[in-house]
Amino acid sequence: MTTMQLRVTVNREPRKWSIAPGDLLLDVLRREGFFGVKRGCEKGECGSCTVLVDGRAVNSCLMFAAKVEGCEVLTIEGLAEGDRLDPIQGAFLDHGAAQCGFCTPGMILAAKALLDKNPHPNEAEVREAMAGVLCRCTGYIKPVEAVLAAAKQPAKRATRKRQPAGVVR
Amino acid sequence: MSGRKVVGSNVRKVEGHKLVTGAPAFTDDIEMQGMLYGKILPSPHAHARIRRIDTRKAQTLAGVHAVLTYKDVPRVPHTTAGQAWPEPSPYDTYLLDSKVRFVGDRVAAVAAESRAIAEKALRLIEVEYEVLPAVIDMELAMAPGAPVIHDEPDSTKIYDRSHNIAGYILREIGSVEQGFRESDYVVEREFRTHRQQHTPLEPHITICWLDPNGRLVIRTSSQVPYHSRRQVAMILQIPVSRVHVIKPRIGGGFGGKQEMLLEDICGALALRSRRPVKMEFTREEEFYMARSRHPQILRLKMGVKADGTLLANQMTVLATTGAYGSHANTVQGNTGSKVLPLYRTPHMRFECHVVYTNMPVAGAFRGYGCPQGFFAQESLVDEIANHLGMDPVEFHLKNAIRLGDIDRLSAQLGEGREGLPRVIRSCGLPECIRRGAEAIEWEKKRQAPALGGHLKRGVGMSCSMQGSGIAGVDWASAFLKMNEDGAFFLQVGASDVGGGADTVLSQIAAESLGVTLDKIVITSGDTDTTPFDVGAYASSTTIISGGAVKKAAEKVRAQVLSLASQMLETPVEKLEWGNNQVFTVCECRKSVTMAEIAMQAMYTEKLQIMDGASHFNTDSPPPFCATFAEVEVDTETGQVRVLHLATAVDPGTAVNPMQSEGQVEGAVTQGMGYALTEELLLDGAGRPLNPNFLDYKIFSAKDMPKLTTILVETDEPLGPFGAKSISEVPINGPAPAIANAIYHAVGVRIRKLPIRPEDVLRALCDKERELREEGVVIAK
Repeated sequence: MTTMQLRVTVNREPRKWSIAPGDLLLDVLRREGFFGVKRGCEKGECGSCTVLVDGRAVNSCLMFAAKVEGCEVLTIEGLAEGDRLDPIQGAFLDHGAAQCGFCTPGMILAAKALLDKNPHPNEAEVREAMAGVLCRCTGYIKPVEAVLAAAKQPAKRATRKRQPAGVVR
Repeated sequence: MSGRKVVGSNVRKVEGHKLVTGAPAFTDDIEMQGMLYGKILPSPHAHARIRRIDTRKAQTLAGVHAVLTYKDVPRVPHTTAGQAWPEPSPYDTYLLDSKVRFVGDRVAAVAAESRAIAEKALRLIEVEYEVLPAVIDMELAMAPGAPVIHDEPDSTKIYDRSHNIAGYILREIGSVEQGFRESDYVVEREFRTHRQQHTPLEPHITICWLDPNGRLVIRTSSQVPYHSRRQVAMILQIPVSRVHVIKPRIGGGFGGKQEMLLEDICGALALRSRRPVKMEFTREEEFYMARSRHPQILRLKMGVKADGTLLANQMTVLATTGAYGSHANTVQGNTGSKVLPLYRTPHMRFECHVVYTNMPVAGAFRGYGCPQGFFAQESLVDEIANHLGMDPVEFHLKNAIRLGDIDRLSAQLGEGREGLPRVIRSCGLPECIRRGAEAIEWEKKRQAPALGGHLKRGVGMSCSMQGSGIAGVDWASAFLKMNEDGAFFLQVGASDVGGGADTVLSQIAAESLGVTLDKIVITSGDTDTTPFDVGAYASSTTIISGGAVKKAAEKVRAQVLSLASQMLETPVEKLEWGNNQVFTVCECRKSVTMAEIAMQAMYTEKLQIMDGASHFNTDSPPPFCATFAEVEVDTETGQVRVLHLATAVDPGTAVNPMQSEGQVEGAVTQGMGYALTEELLLDGAGRPLNPNFLDYKIFSAKDMPKLTTILVETDEPLGPFGAKSISEVPINGPAPAIANAIYHAVGVRIRKLPIRPEDVLRALCDKERELREEGVVIAK
């Protein structure tokens, strides 16, 4: 099979990937151990596979991996700083916003993309930003509350060197 | 109630950290050396016999390691329903069969080195079908001459296979005929409900492999690991102890994973290929190859005195279970047993035919037969109250079951056999109704004058109840052992599907042991390392598994206290426990920490502090729910918008109120989808028309109305720390409350779900025509 070399930054760490031209970003990320990127529909309908590419929330199931050449990709594994959670993650815990947790990475990253652009959104803006991530457990009440609560906390935009990829057991 | 440290607190989920950081916790989050990808060849026909099937081309394709058809596997009649043995569902399903009975039924299965190769192999399988006439309309299933779907002789427990009747139920309390004679007003209506899908964000997925001892390991997204183990062993004809089922984190179940759907075929492929095999449904497959809510046609007849006293309640149901009878009898039994007894009616009758059709298979789905029944019953009750000029709130308070009542219908409609009478030992329903009405501003909005223009507003209500575990059937066990650091390993067979069971069970253990929550380390749902539990269904986990945890913890606490008594030289009666220590109640206030007790036990006494317990209940205490909806109806388009949905629930004690609220919010969101937007549509040949999230619409964050959730806590004597259940009951409320609010807004009754704009518009047009024919002029 034809392969191509790809340079990409994932969770602030430079990576070199060998991919096939038709590989989807979702498949490559999971293959590389980023299991926090979830496969929910593979059609761009559910948002469980949401990652940030250069700060923009995208459905990784709809994006060819080849498209992220030279880009910065952020997955849920790259959000916490060691044991220090991002305020959105902490708020999700405090507000009971994660039930089964399958859509949670997508929810949190969609919220992260919003808060990076608009640190003090109103509820309608939060709902708009999260409308692309479907959840079957929560009714969105607690996730929206969590994002609004996180937005009230002092912004944490620290970068750090290394975050291990998802552990393969 | 007072003095509780952990139970009743909004603690963070014990497994929350791994979920918000994306740790590899779910079934699919492992990679195994040499893992193959398994795929099922689905039937393109609703009803057909396989005349010839040739797999040679598929088998010789490079990268293919196993191809299975009905010729290669044992033929063992079974049900996929994950229920306690002996299952009440018909044994009408086969690992693979020479006949297919719905579009999506299994024809063959392959395991290959990649998904692409597996899909290619499926295309290389040559199948010659004899297409049979199909039963697509459930109303024609019992008709003379209808095609017989289960003509195979070896299926068992089918009520009447020659007429496609999977199950039949008839129960009567008192005499409804007498009740109707004594009534001042009798009304009968027909209601229709549809096929709703679970759509967990994580589709069904299973990974199977053989461990170094040759035992079959099944890592699977299941609500019922123990039942699945028993079922797979039976189907693959291997001893139960040669099967090890692991339930990792589950990405939502809602009843759809109370089914053994992939475990058997994936296990068969792993045994054949001797390699790890992963099988998962695509989103599309999840829509039509997994399970759905049973569609029903309900005829409801009620008789009432002029003063609003309900005398007789008769429900006659025709339901379809699709091609296989998974949960056929028990879901429909629930439609009667959990719905009719909401009222203290002396005369009740429930009759139900559950028929086979060549359609996707129905199964367990949150609410388990109740959403259908309550839609009908609560709609009709609203109509009766309106007819009598009574406020529906008053009608409910007058007629609803109350504290101390005995529900005798449940005794007749158990889990596929005689059940046990249900005594109401806790009941917060009147308070739920009062507080729900307050939240929606019922009095004000019922009286509010109609708005001019094409947008009309209205409010409506409904009440419902459920159960907490299946009386005399559901049981669970738990095991606890103490570690050197004074923490405890809690091992439970219970299956957290996302609702928070691991947290609630840990809270119950911590409270009983007098330790902080971080001292409980829970392992759940692993058939090798945790003791038995029927699984996560029937709203049973908090009350049944929680009951087992409490018992086990009390036994372990006795061991802890006994040793502490020696260490503190104080009799046990003079000891108290809490905050990770045991202390004396005398003035000296001596204490030992749990860690000191553990070290003493292990290295001085040579004693492992540990114990386990089993638990079941002979009654199923109902949680109660009152639902209030405010809607806006556009009379020009028929569009219904929910503005506010208020739900008040009596769950007994809320062990974790924040999680309880989350259960309510999630349930009513699914309930609103059931009411308004969600329906899997089939064409005339039984093929799914909308198996994707664009055409099958579940609510998104933007679609949500204002939700109000109220917990009305009571103290249930049969539950651990007074807890009953909460996850299912709120799903029953939205459909009837919304339908009743629509009536309040625009004066039309919609008796068919989902309530689509075109249905509302048609009803409005019909109403206008009727009024015009009666000579009434409608002011525009």
